[in-house]
Amino acid sequence: MSIAELRSMANARAGRRRTKAERRALTPDNKPALLFLAPFILGAAVLTLGPILMSLYLSFTDFNLLQDPQWVGLDNYARMVGDTRLHQSLMVTLLYVVIGVPLQLGVALGLAILLDKGMRGLPFYRSAFYLPSLLGSSVAIAMLWRLIFGANGLLNALLGAIGIDSTQSWIGSPETSLSTIILLHVWMFGSPMVIFLAGLRQIPAELYEAAATDGAHAWARFRAITLPLLTPIIFFNLVLAVINSFSSFTQAFIVSGGTGGPADSLLFYTLYLYQEGFSSFRMGYASALAWLLLIIIGVLTAINFWLSKFWVHYDD
Amino acid sequence: MTTETPSTRTLITPTGRRGSVEPYRQQSRSRWATALRHALMIVVVVISLYPVLWMLVSSLRPEGEIFGNPSLILTTFEWENYTHGWTALGTPFGTYLLNSGIIVLGSIIGNLFSCSLAAYAFARLRFRFQRPAFAYMLVTLMLPIHVVIVPQYILWAQLGLNDSFWPLIVPKFLATDAFFIFLMVQFIRGLPKELDEAARIDGAGHGRIFFQILLPLMTPALATTTIFTFIWVWNDFFSQLIFLTSPTNYTVPIALRSFIDAQSTSSFGAMFAMSVVSIIPLILIFGFGQKFLIKGIATTGLK
Repeated sequence: MSIAELRSMANARAGRRRTKAERRALTPDNKPALLFLAPFILGAAVLTLGPILMSLYLSFTDFNLLQDPQWVGLDNYARMVGDTRLHQSLMVTLLYVVIGVPLQLGVALGLAILLDKGMRGLPFYRSAFYLPSLLGSSVAIAMLWRLIFGANGLLNALLGAIGIDSTQSWIGSPETSLSTIILLHVWMFGSPMVIFLAGLRQIPAELYEAAATDGAHAWARFRAITLPLLTPIIFFNLVLAVINSFSSFTQAFIVSGGTGGPADSLLFYTLYLYQEGFSSFRMGYASALAWLLLIIIGVLTAINFWLSKFWVHYDD
Repeated sequence: MTTETPSTRTLITPTGRRGSVEPYRQQSRSRWATALRHALMIVVVVISLYPVLWMLVSSLRPEGEIFGNPSLILTTFEWENYTHGWTALGTPFGTYLLNSGIIVLGSIIGNLFSCSLAAYAFARLRFRFQRPAFAYMLVTLMLPIHVVIVPQYILWAQLGLNDSFWPLIVPKFLATDAFFIFLMVQFIRGLPKELDEAARIDGAGHGRIFFQILLPLMTPALATTTIFTFIWVWNDFFSQLIFLTSPTNYTVPIALRSFIDAQSTSSFGAMFAMSVVSIIPLILIFGFGQKFLIKGIATTGLK
């Protein structure tokens, strides 16, 4: 413990405010910190915090990049209320998140638990399962999806091989197109699975030994030990997956050819934002959409944290 | 967005091992159950790999045989899709590979440089506004690029640098990939502080402690950062789509996307072939860096 810290404790006990010199003594690394953090501070100012504030300003303007922004007050936000394409995009994205995320995490958790039971060949399975996560967000795989679920695609060929004649385009019909993207999301279960596997490794053997001595069966051990001790990791995966899925872009863009079609069934939120900002050059409205996205993600994350009180088990 | 990211450090430590639990697990398990489990795993392996293998096989088939053929067995071996695809978009595909390569390399250097510096400050220094700065870093962990893309686009447009690689590389030199700062902070916190103190007694300043003592020990974290930056930037589509407009500046994903626009039935083979070319670097980096990759995902929850 340094002298400065001792002095600060004494000050705190005496209940008096620290002098400027004392504050400086308390934080002796200000100058080197400024040097080490210079890129970070500049980046925060110019590329994250600055833009967040600037898009708040732009969201109250009409701006097409060519003329100066025109102040329009709350017009952009008022427009959102009647914007049916926005409502559609919120619907599509929410459906994607609400169905895709639990499905993916469920598959990942199930397989991680099965794999963890001392199975031989674990490294092979783990690598094979991780491959879709590695490739799945690429344009190449999104293009492949078009060719798998198209009218004369791989799926219909496989169905034909087992005697089911199908000529429908799964990505071309509004009823099934979103399901194909959800399927792509679930297919990428490998990376959460690897996190779950690492978490399972953490559960102390003594717990299982004690439970087995008490005569607990496999299912009881799973319910009483594995699942509760894994909840913090499930929660961590859930928070990240919700945020990432809500801002998913590439797959819907490529599969729909950038349109969000058919019938706006693949109009993901970020795709709509892209169209408004970078096809129609309504930068003001796009900024308002960006802020709505920020708020939605903040609220979803807050809800997740609030709900976690009821199901996430923290041991220590 | 005032909430804090859950710290994975408390969830997972890479060194933890469960120990001797196996006997209890073996007890109740019959051979049948094991066989059944392996059968299920094989099915999942097939689901995981079949689409990618089908793409590979199809790229080596003549145009007319691609569709309606779900088999993975090649009867002929056609390189024509590759030679055709390489030049099908006007600019040779090598240009796109080179462009992607430049951006990936610049991003890797930028992330290694800026994130390790920031991580040292957060992990080892004590300074004013440390807590709010760290909290802000954690919040940007969860900040999607879509939220800040419009002002960033305007900024680069005013600098006259849109349609160049600068908007894609410079942010990496400014520590905007908070994930890697977080990763490296966790890593540095795991290194013994006595190392720094010994060096300080010998008269080393923060610069020397960082460059000569900690940085060499951080190799695993730096390797993980390199691999993930490679994968993310190679796969990045959104920001490259927005910032790159002229075909000679196109990267691999943007070029691939042009195959959709130029889609006549005769270009599917070429599209398959170039799709395969586009994922080869990912497969290679996966092969070489798997150890760091798996560990990196496990310790930080990166995608």
